[in-house]
Amino acid sequence: MSIIDTTKTIPAPRGDGEHQGPLLEVRDLHVEFHTRDGVAKAVNGVNYSVNAGETLAVLGESGSGKSVTAQAIMGILDMPPGKIPQGEIFFRGEDMLKMSAEERRKVRGRKIAMIFQDALSSLNPVLSVGYQLGEMFRVHQGLSKKDAKARSIELMDKVKIPAAAARVNDYPHQFSGGMRQRIMIAMALALEPDLIIADEPTTALDVTVQAQVMDLLAELQREYNMGLILITHDLGVVADVADKIAVMYAGRIVEQAPVHEIYKRPAHPYTKGLLASIPRLDQKGQELFAIKGLPPNLLKVPTGCAFNPRCTMAQDICSTDVPVLHPVAEQDGTELVGRGSACHFWKETIHG
Amino acid sequence: MGRYVARRLLQMIPVFLGTTLLIFLMVYSLPGDPVAALFGDKAADPTTVAKIRHDLGLDHSIWRQYWDYMSGIVLHFDFGNQIASGRPVTDILSSAFPVTLRLAGLAFVFEVVVGIGLGIMAGMRAGRLADNAILIFTLLIISVPVFVIGNILIGTFGVNAVSLDENTSELIVPAMVLGSLSLAYVVRLTRTSMAENLRADYMRTAIAKGLPRRRVVGVHLMRNSLIPVVTFLGTDLGALMGGAVVTESIFNIHGVGGTIYESIVRREGTTLVGLVTILVLVYLVMALLVDLLYAVLDPRIRYA
Amino acid sequence: MPDMTKTAPEAEAIEDALAPPAVKAEKARSLWGDAWADLRRNPYFVVSSVLILVLLVIAAFPGWFTSASPTTGDLVHHYLGKPELSKVGSAEWLGYDVQGRSVYARLIHGTRASIIVGISVTLLVTVIGGLIGMIAGYFGGWIDALLSGFITNVFFGIPFLLGSMVVLQSFTSRSVWVVSLALAFLGWTQIARVMRGAVLTIKQADYVHAAKALGASTSRILFRHILPNAMAPVIVVATISLGVFISAEATLSYLGLGLSSPAISWGVDISGGIAQIRTAQHIMLYPSIMLSITVLAFIMLGEAVRNALDPKMR
Repeated sequence: MSIIDTTKTIPAPRGDGEHQGPLLEVRDLHVEFHTRDGVAKAVNGVNYSVNAGETLAVLGESGSGKSVTAQAIMGILDMPPGKIPQGEIFFRGEDMLKMSAEERRKVRGRKIAMIFQDALSSLNPVLSVGYQLGEMFRVHQGLSKKDAKARSIELMDKVKIPAAAARVNDYPHQFSGGMRQRIMIAMALALEPDLIIADEPTTALDVTVQAQVMDLLAELQREYNMGLILITHDLGVVADVADKIAVMYAGRIVEQAPVHEIYKRPAHPYTKGLLASIPRLDQKGQELFAIKGLPPNLLKVPTGCAFNPRCTMAQDICSTDVPVLHPVAEQDGTELVGRGSACHFWKETIHG
Repeated sequence: MGRYVARRLLQMIPVFLGTTLLIFLMVYSLPGDPVAALFGDKAADPTTVAKIRHDLGLDHSIWRQYWDYMSGIVLHFDFGNQIASGRPVTDILSSAFPVTLRLAGLAFVFEVVVGIGLGIMAGMRAGRLADNAILIFTLLIISVPVFVIGNILIGTFGVNAVSLDENTSELIVPAMVLGSLSLAYVVRLTRTSMAENLRADYMRTAIAKGLPRRRVVGVHLMRNSLIPVVTFLGTDLGALMGGAVVTESIFNIHGVGGTIYESIVRREGTTLVGLVTILVLVYLVMALLVDLLYAVLDPRIRYA
Repeated sequence: MPDMTKTAPEAEAIEDALAPPAVKAEKARSLWGDAWADLRRNPYFVVSSVLILVLLVIAAFPGWFTSASPTTGDLVHHYLGKPELSKVGSAEWLGYDVQGRSVYARLIHGTRASIIVGISVTLLVTVIGGLIGMIAGYFGGWIDALLSGFITNVFFGIPFLLGSMVVLQSFTSRSVWVVSLALAFLGWTQIARVMRGAVLTIKQADYVHAAKALGASTSRILFRHILPNAMAPVIVVATISLGVFISAEATLSYLGLGLSSPAISWGVDISGGIAQIRTAQHIMLYPSIMLSITVLAFIMLGEAVRNALDPKMR
C-alpha cells in the first residue's frame, strides 16, 4: 500500500524518531463476534495505514466494520463476544496485539486517543467535565487535582469553549451538543497524542455546528501534526479534510484512493452508487439514485463479492470469486498511485 | 434548593394528614371496643363505661376525635395515653423506639455491606457461575417468608427470644432476619445497575482514556451504578421500621414493632395510632431526604 | 374488545396502521411471540410453570392426592413419631401434628386457600391499581395530583402488613375472601405506580398523538392504544406480587390475624409447629417448604416473563 505524498509542508513526525514508516499500519485484520445466532464476521482482512499529519477517512454504512476496526485499534472491543482471530496492528512499528494489557493501556489516551459520536452518552453524566478532562493529567502524568484543573481550563480554552474557567465544574448535560463534542475533542487532545481516531464525530450535530467542529479538529490536527482516522458515512464531511479515503463494505476495504480522485473517478460500483446518491442542485427534478437492497447480514455474508446482490454490474464471477484489492491504473497502464479497487470489473467502472 | 424543600414539606402535609386519618378510621371505625375489653369478663357498670368513654373522648364523632387527636400532636406533642395503663404514648415510644432503631440500624448495616458486596460480585461476573449462584440465593431469600427464616434460625441455631433488656449482640440474628428481604433487593439492584452501566458509552470512553481498571470500575462504574442503590437504601430505612412488626413479634422484642403487634391484638387504639403516626412521619421524612440525596448524587436531577 | 368509538371507519384504519406492535395482531406475534420463544428456552420459566400447574391441580382436586382427612385427627398417631418418608403419598408420609392430623393431608388441603388468596388479591389489585394508575397517568393535572399524589401516596404510607393486620383484627371470623379484601385494600399501590409510569411514557408516543389527531375518542385511545401497550410491566409486577400476597397471607395467619378455622392455612400450621420446634420439626418444616416453593414459583415466573419482555434486563 502506498502513501499519498501530502506531508511535505508538515513538520517531521514527533515521538521517538527511531521508527521509519507509517505511524499506524493495520495488516489483514479480522474481527468476529460470537453471538447466540452464530459468528458475525465484522472485519474480514482490512489493511490501511496512516502517517503523522495525515488524515485517512474510512467511509461506509453502519455494519461495514469501520467502527469495529477502530475499536480493535483502540483496544476497546468487547472480548468476548468479540475476537481477533488474525491480523496485526502496528503502531510505530510495534504490533499492539502482542502487547500486554498494561502496555496497551499506556498507549490509550496518551499515544492514540478516540473521539466518539455521541458526546452526551460518551461523557460520564455524573462527573464534571473538569474532572473528566483532569483525569487524563492525573492518571497519565500524576498531576495534582489543582494543577489538573488548571490544565483542563487551558484545554477548554484551546477548543474554544467560552468562559472555560467558569464552566469547568459544569456537567456534560449543561453544555450544548457542539460544546460537548468540543469537550470530547479536548479530552482526546489532552496528552497531545500521535494519532486520533474520530468515530463519526459530527453525525449527532446540527449541520452548522458540524462544520465548526470539523474545522476545529482539522486545525488542531495541523497544529500538533497528528495522524487522524476519520470514520464517517458522510461523503460531504470527508471532501474538505481527508487526504485519502478507504471505502468499506461488509468488513472489507472495497476501494481506496486519494480524496479528490475518488469523487472524480470512482473505481468501484459501490463507491459510484454512494456518490450518485448525493442530492445535487444541478440535477434538480430528476429522480435521486439509490443503491438497491440492504447492507448484508454479517452472519451470512454473500459468497464472492459481498456487494454482488446489490450491484448493477454483477456477473457470474462476482458470486463465486472474492475480488482482491486490484491496483488501479490509467487506460494506458500507468499506475494511479495510492488507488485500489476490490472489483472484478474495476476497469469498466473507472473507464467505462 | 431551600424553596424546593419548603414546597416538598408543604406537599407532605396533606399526605401525612391523609395517612393518619386512614389509620385512624381503620382503627376506630372497625368493630371492637377497647373500653369493654378493659373489664375483661366482668360485667361492666354502664355509667363507669360511659364515664371512661367520655374521659377518653370516645363519645365524640370520629371526625371530632381525629381533630382533637391531631391538634394534641401539633400543639402539645401529645399522642394520647395508653387506655389500659394510662401511660402517655410518648412514654411508651421513648422506651420502644431506641430498640427498634438499633435493630433497624443493624439490619441496615447488614444489607448495605453484604448486599452491595454480593451485588458487585454478581455484576462484575454477569452471566457466569458466581452471578447465577448469587441470583438463585437472592431468589430463595425473597421466596422464603421472613417468619419462616426467623423460625428456622431459632430452630437450628437455638436462638432464644431476646431478653427484655435487648442488648445489641442479642439483636444480631433478628437484624439479619429483618434485613434479609431488603438484602436480596439490594443485591439484585446493584447487579442490574452495574450490568447496565457496564455497557454504557461512557465506560468505553473511560477505557479509551487509558485509565487503569480499578479507576474505570471504582470511579466511573460505581459512581453511576450506586445511585439507584443508595436511593433504595434510603427509602428502605423507613420501611425497615414498619417491617419490624413481624420480626419483633417472632423474636418477642419490645420495640416499636412488637408494641404495635401487641396493640393490634389488644385493640389498644391510641397506642396503635400514635406509633403508626410516628412510623409514617419517619417514612415521609426519609422519602424527602432520599429525593434530596438523589439530586446530590445525580447532577442531571434538578430541583423543580 | 368492543368498539367504543364514533370514529369514521377510514380514520380507524389509518389509526390502526399507525399503531405499535402490541395493538396489531400480526405484529403482536413479534413482540409477544419473541417473548414466548425466549420463555420456552428459559429453564426458570419451565420449572416455575410446571410447579404452578401442579399447585393449581392440587388446589382444584385435593382428593386426587390424599384420602386422609386434614381436619379430623386421631391422637393414636403420635406427633413425636418420625415421618415415614418411604411411604410417599400416604397419610403418615410426612408425620402427624399435635392433634394427630396428617401433615401431608393438611399440606394438600391448605394449597387451595393460598392459591385463592394469591389469585384473588392479584386480580383485585390489578383492576383497582390499574384503573387508578391509568386514569392518573392519562389525564394528568389535578386528577393525577388527587389520585397519584394524594390517594396512592396515602395508602402507600401505611406499611402493607401492618395495615392488613389492623383491618383483619376487627373480624372475628376470617375467610379467604375477608383476607383477600384486606390485602387488596392496601396492596394496590405498586400496580398503580407502575401503570401510571407506563401510561405517562406511552402517552407521549407518536401513535397516540396520531390517534388523537384523527379524532379517536378518549375511551378508544385508553383501551385500544394505551392499555395493551402498558400491560407488559403490569403483568410482570402482578405475577411477582402473586407470590408476595401468598407469603403475606401465610405471615398474617402465622401471627394469628389471617385465616381462621375451618380454613386450612400453611401459615397457621407453621405457627402451630413452633412449640414443637425442638422435638418434632416436621410439623413446621413441611408447610414451610411447601409455602416457600409456592412463593418461589410465582416469583420465578414473574422474573422469567420480565426478562422475556424486557431484554435490556439481561
